[in-house]
Amino acid sequence: MSDAILTASVPAVRRDIGLKRRYAAERRFRLYGLAAITIGLVFLALLLTSVVRKGYTAFVQTEISLPVTFSEALVDPTNKRAEDPQILAKGKYDKVIREALAAQLGFDAKDLKSGKAADQLISPSARVELRDMVLADPSLVGKTIDVSLLAEGNIDSANKGQIDLSVPEARRKVKDQQLTWMQQLKDAGKLKFAFNTGLFVNGASSRPEAAGLGVAAIGSAVMMLIVLALSLPIGVAASIYLEEFAPKNKFTDLIEVNINNLAAVPSIVYGLLGLSVFVNFLGMPRSAAVVGGLVLTLMTLPTIIIATRASLKAVPPSIRSAALGLGASKMQMIFHHVLPLAMPGVLTGAIIGLAHALGETAPLLLIGMVAFVANYPVTPMDPSTALPVQIYMWANEAERAFVERTSGAIMVLLVFLILMNLGAVLLRRRFERRW
Amino acid sequence: MNFIRFSAAALVASVAFAGAAHARDQIQIAGSSTVLPYAKIVAEAFGEANSQFKTPVVESGGTGAGLKEFCKGVGPDTIDIANASRKIKDDELKACKDAGVTAISEIKIGYDGIVFATDASNKDFVLTDKDLYLALAAQVVVDGKLVDNTAKKWSDVNKDLPDEDIMAFVPGEKHGTREVFEQKVMDAGCKAAGAADVIKGLISDAKEAAAACHKLRKDRMAVDIDGDYTETLARIAANKTAVGVFGLSFYENNTDKLKVSTVNGVTPSVETIASGEYPVSRPLFFYVKNAHLGVIPGLKEYVEFFTSDDMIGPEGPLAEYGLVPAPDAEREQIRSDASAGKTL
Repeated sequence: MSDAILTASVPAVRRDIGLKRRYAAERRFRLYGLAAITIGLVFLALLLTSVVRKGYTAFVQTEISLPVTFSEALVDPTNKRAEDPQILAKGKYDKVIREALAAQLGFDAKDLKSGKAADQLISPSARVELRDMVLADPSLVGKTIDVSLLAEGNIDSANKGQIDLSVPEARRKVKDQQLTWMQQLKDAGKLKFAFNTGLFVNGASSRPEAAGLGVAAIGSAVMMLIVLALSLPIGVAASIYLEEFAPKNKFTDLIEVNINNLAAVPSIVYGLLGLSVFVNFLGMPRSAAVVGGLVLTLMTLPTIIIATRASLKAVPPSIRSAALGLGASKMQMIFHHVLPLAMPGVLTGAIIGLAHALGETAPLLLIGMVAFVANYPVTPMDPSTALPVQIYMWANEAERAFVERTSGAIMVLLVFLILMNLGAVLLRRRFERRW
Repeated sequence: MNFIRFSAAALVASVAFAGAAHARDQIQIAGSSTVLPYAKIVAEAFGEANSQFKTPVVESGGTGAGLKEFCKGVGPDTIDIANASRKIKDDELKACKDAGVTAISEIKIGYDGIVFATDASNKDFVLTDKDLYLALAAQVVVDGKLVDNTAKKWSDVNKDLPDEDIMAFVPGEKHGTREVFEQKVMDAGCKAAGAADVIKGLISDAKEAAAACHKLRKDRMAVDIDGDYTETLARIAANKTAVGVFGLSFYENNTDKLKVSTVNGVTPSVETIASGEYPVSRPLFFYVKNAHLGVIPGLKEYVEFFTSDDMIGPEGPLAEYGLVPAPDAEREQIRSDASAGKTL
């Protein structure tokens, strides 16, 4: 009887299985996840906005277009260019520019003080530009042509509003007279912004207006090619052997531990290794992209080996058994079935390793690639730098105009990285197989 | 498979390449990051003026590292010139000689001024080496005894200074600038404050006595900056009342953001440093491997180009960037020594 009452009353109270608590826990967990992603996104947005805000102006450049007269008296006073065209290299092109400015701005070209102030409107690189123009075409002597000349770095910064003009004149790089001239040129439509192609094609320069990423981009590209050509085959071969052929014993365990350790070694150590092996022992040249590529290859190998081994392990054993069961040799099984299936993982590992290598400066410091290199490298044995190195070097410059260039260079490096990662995604799509 | 075969061939080829000794047609320079901007200006102008030579490669990395590379030996796989913000040390010279680098020319390019500056929004700051010593030393002399420095505000040190917390950004120990700061400011201030003699009486060892003079306090009033001047500038922008240590050239490029303070009543400028009135400066050098002259194309011409008045003279681009040119007679001496190939 009492039993009957009990059984009748029990169904009314549901057994507590902690449903509410579990739902609450799940909601909390989702919130944590959302918070983690939000924090990540906020930092990414902060980084990107600060880089873009500071750097977007680096992609335009102030240019001053002037009618320039290559008068014979300044360019070739002895009139010997017919016999020796090289004499034109010694012309007084700074005076050519000064006279053009004097005519445009209306001051006396013989007035030294105004002349000096006016000289500082135009980049010193412009003289070289004019000289090269005349050397390439000696018939220009005596003619007047319109030329667009780079404005000096400080003038460029002032034109972009990056120099505080409210402070007293004595404490400014750009003087009042120069500001008046800038306004005068601007009103005449002679001073305007143009796309900064120099940023992409010029080599390093001590003048911000003429400094570019050309040599650094070539250096980085060459190094990435070397890293790809060496570390991918070596890494894949090593991991296939370790994963599929090598006996499992103490020795292979030791190798595995060592590879995992190497992946965590600070990159500067690879620089030391590169210096003593490639430069000092093998006698390779300093500052050369080939040495940088080899050092970065060593640095990237463990990453690729670890990623490849993991993706080889992830291929289901049934695939291997099926291939072997149908009479394939072990090598056929690996190259026809296992490796193609593991390829997306291998490529992801390779691209992550490459992207990592692209951003390294520390190992390059010791082999002499943190350097001022103005000439384009012709072979991989010639001196060059790398993109992150150029960013680092520009970040330490004193001139105001280098601040925006630093951020501009960071944007270029980011575009490089985005392209590489995009490539990885596309390759993965192409190789992706499901079972 | 083809890919693997190709890359194996590439590996072999690259090693074979490296084995082949190769002649160098480009000057290689390494060393001080203080000299780097000047060396870059000269290298670039040299490349532009002489189309038959390539622009020299200038590495950064510090005086010590540069001299170490320089002293590795003679031959095209070693660098030709080391930039230095201090004189070569005896042990470095010995290392050079041991490696066969016996003929070295020392070439002075001019002087570098070290200035103290605050954010541009501050009032004028008038410092003396004595004030700096009393504000920043780890220990000061009170009643004939060495006690920990307790000064909190600049006005505690000198009542003419503003009533603001002491905060100074000083180059870290790895910088050559730090040594100059210690010798020319802290040691001089130590003497001016009359502490040097007292310390000598307390500490018998001469080295330790000197160290006691220029040891900086560690209680966040004197902050070591291990980065470059750009970091100091950023720290000052965040800490408006703080004082930072800069190179003259860096200050001159940022005069709209910084206000320089006088030291012992002298405003730092190219003129006051050249005349020796402003106390905190140091000579800058580069060292040339004479065995490479005439072997590496352009090296001799580069040295001539660098020492010409068009570069290191008072009207040259280096002076415009902030290098303090050596006096006329000294520049003449530098040129004649360089062309005579005078060695250390």
